[in-house]
Amino acid sequence: MFSWELLLDAIVLGTMVGCFYAAVSIGLSISFGLLDVPNVAHPALLVLASYGAWLLGDFDIDPILAGLLLMPVFFVLGIALYRTYHETFEKRGSDAGVRGLAFFFGIAFIIEVGIIMAFGVDQRTVQAFYIGKSIEIFDIRIPMRMVVAFAMALLLSLALTFYLSKTFLGRAIRAVAQDEGALRLMGADPVAIKQWAFGIATAVVALAGALLIIVQPVEPTLDRAYIGRTFCVVVMAGLGSMSGTLLAGVILGVAETVVLTMFGASWAPAISFTLLLIVLGVRPQGLFGR
Amino acid sequence: MKSGRIHRRTAVAGALAAGLAFPVLAQQGPIKIGMSMPLTGGLAAGGKSALIGIEVWRDDINAKGGLLGRKVELIVYDDKSSASETPAIYSKLLDVDKVDLLFAPYATVPTAPIMPMVKQRDLLLMGNFSFQVNRTVKHDKWFNNAPWGPADSWARGFIDLGMKAGAKTIALIGADQEFAQNLMKIAKDVATEKGIKIVYEQSYPPSTVEFSAMVRAIRAARADMVFVCSYPPDSVGLLRAINEIGIGDSVKLFGGGMVGLQFSSVMESMGSLLNGVVNYNSYLPEKSMQFSGTTDFFAKYQKRAGEAKVDPLGYYLAPFGYAMGQMVEQAVNATKSLDHKKLADFLRSNEMMTIVGPIVFGPDGERKESATLMAQFRGVTDKNIEQFRNPGKQIILFPEKWKTGELVQPFEKARK
Repeated sequence: MFSWELLLDAIVLGTMVGCFYAAVSIGLSISFGLLDVPNVAHPALLVLASYGAWLLGDFDIDPILAGLLLMPVFFVLGIALYRTYHETFEKRGSDAGVRGLAFFFGIAFIIEVGIIMAFGVDQRTVQAFYIGKSIEIFDIRIPMRMVVAFAMALLLSLALTFYLSKTFLGRAIRAVAQDEGALRLMGADPVAIKQWAFGIATAVVALAGALLIIVQPVEPTLDRAYIGRTFCVVVMAGLGSMSGTLLAGVILGVAETVVLTMFGASWAPAISFTLLLIVLGVRPQGLFGR
Repeated sequence: MKSGRIHRRTAVAGALAAGLAFPVLAQQGPIKIGMSMPLTGGLAAGGKSALIGIEVWRDDINAKGGLLGRKVELIVYDDKSSASETPAIYSKLLDVDKVDLLFAPYATVPTAPIMPMVKQRDLLLMGNFSFQVNRTVKHDKWFNNAPWGPADSWARGFIDLGMKAGAKTIALIGADQEFAQNLMKIAKDVATEKGIKIVYEQSYPPSTVEFSAMVRAIRAARADMVFVCSYPPDSVGLLRAINEIGIGDSVKLFGGGMVGLQFSSVMESMGSLLNGVVNYNSYLPEKSMQFSGTTDFFAKYQKRAGEAKVDPLGYYLAPFGYAMGQMVEQAVNATKSLDHKKLADFLRSNEMMTIVGPIVFGPDGERKESATLMAQFRGVTDKNIEQFRNPGKQIILFPEKWKTGELVQPFEKARK
């Protein structure tokens, strides 16, 4: 039975869910979209960050604050990961992509097994004043945790868009994505810039991981559920576009939620990926790709 | 050259002699019980807890001198919660490890693929909390330790409670996975048979992140009862969404088949959000469920679980692992044999006393009568795992023989 009220609810909630999808994908938009690094360990890092937020929760640290505190740690981790990937794969030649994929799959498995060994297989959740409560806007009750995820996703996208377009290092990152050789001719070191950018991408994952555990319970193998979703958002957006990532996330979130509410939950993932195929069919470079 | 030939002959003769002597030696060795168990992957939390229950039984029986005067040894492999791993593991247990008896892995998914092999080889298999895996295989040496009983008893218990409370409509919601879908279909059949109108029916993919939209749709349908067949992450997501969005005043009964609400970590993290939910369970520390050996078992279990970082309460699975051992123990002692046919005959035709109560099997190897509990969470507070060790936090509403209280409804009132 069709209901305008349910449809409006679904669109509003879908926007929130979509922004959350964008937040968990935006790090990948830098590492895969801009740097061309096949970082399939991105969702595993996301789960690792969630566990970090959960651990800090034992000290009564708010999950968002925990995510911010973890950012420098993840920045260093990102630099170490990229440096290893570059030394062992990237600088050795043209098949770096395929072998790099194996490297990042390996990293993902190590993280997954490491979490199991350290914390067991149980689900973990966090407590915060905005979890378990809702706010009412125009007769629509919205979970506050989704509002937090929505706000953080907007802030992240704005901050990264500003950083990549207005700062010297940000422009250097865009440059390395466009023409690495030309950058080298200008006297800049593309490897150092990519390393910095990968560090930023991984640092962003720390905050996104905190959002993940705010939105849903996490367990060590949750990363598998996010591989398809995050890559879908990034590819649909057009590789490397921050605002595109936000829009693609919202399209995906609204499509999933509307289909779930109006037609049946089982169709939701199929509709999302159909949308991706349609977008790629019409604009192979993605919504905001050049 | 000649002496070399003599050496080879000697070696061959020696090997033959050793081969002939080996079975005799093997018979004097321990009784080997083989199994796979999900020790990693999605089912690992349950698998580890179930295994501790079985290990406590092994240690208890060995302290009493073993079975038929022989020590009991467990041979356990990790099946990674995967259905694709178990056939090879059970072939190895039988053909390489030469085990005497088989226990099934915890849960339906890893157990289902080994059923055809076990039937083909005509072996006794003690089931470990799977759901209706013998329905189509119809193996006569299958005995499930789970309390489920007849396939429809689970949904029937819930719907009967709802009808007693005056419910006339039902909403059905379940994960798009085999176990949940089977349970949902059975609930639909029972509801139809009893003239209950189905006002909402929804399956959702396992990757669903946010349940608010579904909760809104259920509220709009104004169902009298909501039967949920969910897995642990979804159970948590649904309860959170209900707390945030509200399910509406019409709902008298909510729950039924929510997996996860039996596990300590989920119970502790959900805390007061659990209040009011009427859900299935297997064992609860209520006064009506104290049997011979129960207290002693949980003292041993909880000590080991703490050391192994496994479910510290262990009510859901661990005592049934122990009970599985107790049933084998009673069958072996009564028949004085490890012959699978004799053991199966004993298990099929006798009542066995266990720490989870008396067990009698029906012809399909499931419980003759359902012992699945429907219990309502009451007065649960946040961040306190210890509260669940005491009676009164999960009131048993069904079955009648173990009932410890009456249903509080509607659901929104029971939540407070």
